[in-house]
Amino acid sequence: MRAYIPAYELVRPQTLGEALEHMAAEPGEWQAFAGGTDLMVLLQAGRLEHRRFLSIWGLAELRGTVVSSDSVTLGCLTTYTDVLHDETLRREFPLLAAAAAETGGVATQNRGTLGGNIVNASPAADTPPALLVYDAEVELVSARGSRWLAYREFHTGYKTMQLAPDELLARIRLPRSTAGFRHYYRKVGTRKAQAISKVCFAGLKNTSTGEVRIALGSVAPVPLRCSQTEAAVHESRDPLAALAAEIAPIDDMRSTAAYRLRVAQNLLNEFLHA
Amino acid sequence: MPKVPIALTVNGQPRAISVWPMARLLDVLREELGMTGTKEGCGEGECGACSILLDGRLANSCLVPAVQADGAEITTIEGVASGEELDRVQQAFVECGGAQCGICTPGMIMAAVSLLRASPQPSEADIRNGLAGNLCRCTGYLRIFEAVASACRAGGRAQ
Repeated sequence: MRAYIPAYELVRPQTLGEALEHMAAEPGEWQAFAGGTDLMVLLQAGRLEHRRFLSIWGLAELRGTVVSSDSVTLGCLTTYTDVLHDETLRREFPLLAAAAAETGGVATQNRGTLGGNIVNASPAADTPPALLVYDAEVELVSARGSRWLAYREFHTGYKTMQLAPDELLARIRLPRSTAGFRHYYRKVGTRKAQAISKVCFAGLKNTSTGEVRIALGSVAPVPLRCSQTEAAVHESRDPLAALAAEIAPIDDMRSTAAYRLRVAQNLLNEFLHA
Repeated sequence: MPKVPIALTVNGQPRAISVWPMARLLDVLREELGMTGTKEGCGEGECGACSILLDGRLANSCLVPAVQADGAEITTIEGVASGEELDRVQQAFVECGGAQCGICTPGMIMAAVSLLRASPQPSEADIRNGLAGNLCRCTGYLRIFEAVASACRAGGRAQ
């Protein structure tokens, strides 16, 4: 059943500092609200339990891309459309662009954000596997200060993460170390356009050193960087067996555990031998 | 929570209203502003029936809280034609049989208008991608895609 709309609060801080003060004054009371492509769906379904939100959509400080010699830093409000229009990202981080292109339709791509995709913490989200293989870092800010964390440490379990009640995920940093890698991305869903993944696979393979990086979505409680499988590849052990031991797919409305395992192994095989 | 005042421009007309903070822009357009051309299909961002242009960008109005449209320029299906003269996309939908029951049509047209502004000569793949967020349960899509291609060939009034 639809939510009772007057019960919800959505205030619009004018600056990031003002937003962080709200969160510091009443930790856990205020949740950030960006483009709304996930939260409004919950609202309409009557499943949005939180009541008080801070609209950060208008905060220019959280938009835009900064390219330095060794990294690209993205504001958390970077939309999928922003990713698709950014030449540096398309050239150096093509898996992120591929994930953005396969997330929703144009209207969702115009409003959905990378920060929201991360903090919504769906194991089926499309951009996290790409961010994981690119060794992304995330900046968590609060009135107390700022800290950077490796993105692979961020998700701690199903919908749980290293984000204190007064913290906001403000920026995402990608090291510009992708030269020499072959990039592989494949999302398997029910239909080609705007389906939620059954399995999502991102892989990087260094064509001279043989280094591989592998991450999957929809096969575990969190988007998973598969370090055990990577080690198996590097040590010439059976990577398919390592993958089967490392992931924990489930049966749900979109697919079955057995199908997901089979597809994940097939994608790994295709990635390694393509 | 009290209602909050917002001011926005809808199809060129400035409007000032008070809204519940989390009211959907879709409901504000339809119920507060009386513009029922924008349709509700799924209410969860899958079907695109509620598509509008928000500051020139295609958006699902069911997923936009109205307060985030404060200060914005909005174009709805009611703002696409010039008086009695249909936009070339609308004209092409008529000529190609791009509309059947009509529920998806306003959203399809907004998505097509948005596509043609960004990409005046789209490929077949561009058209399919541009309309991928809009579902139609009647036509099988081919006449819709043909209408968009036909609108490009027609050229005509630039949006």
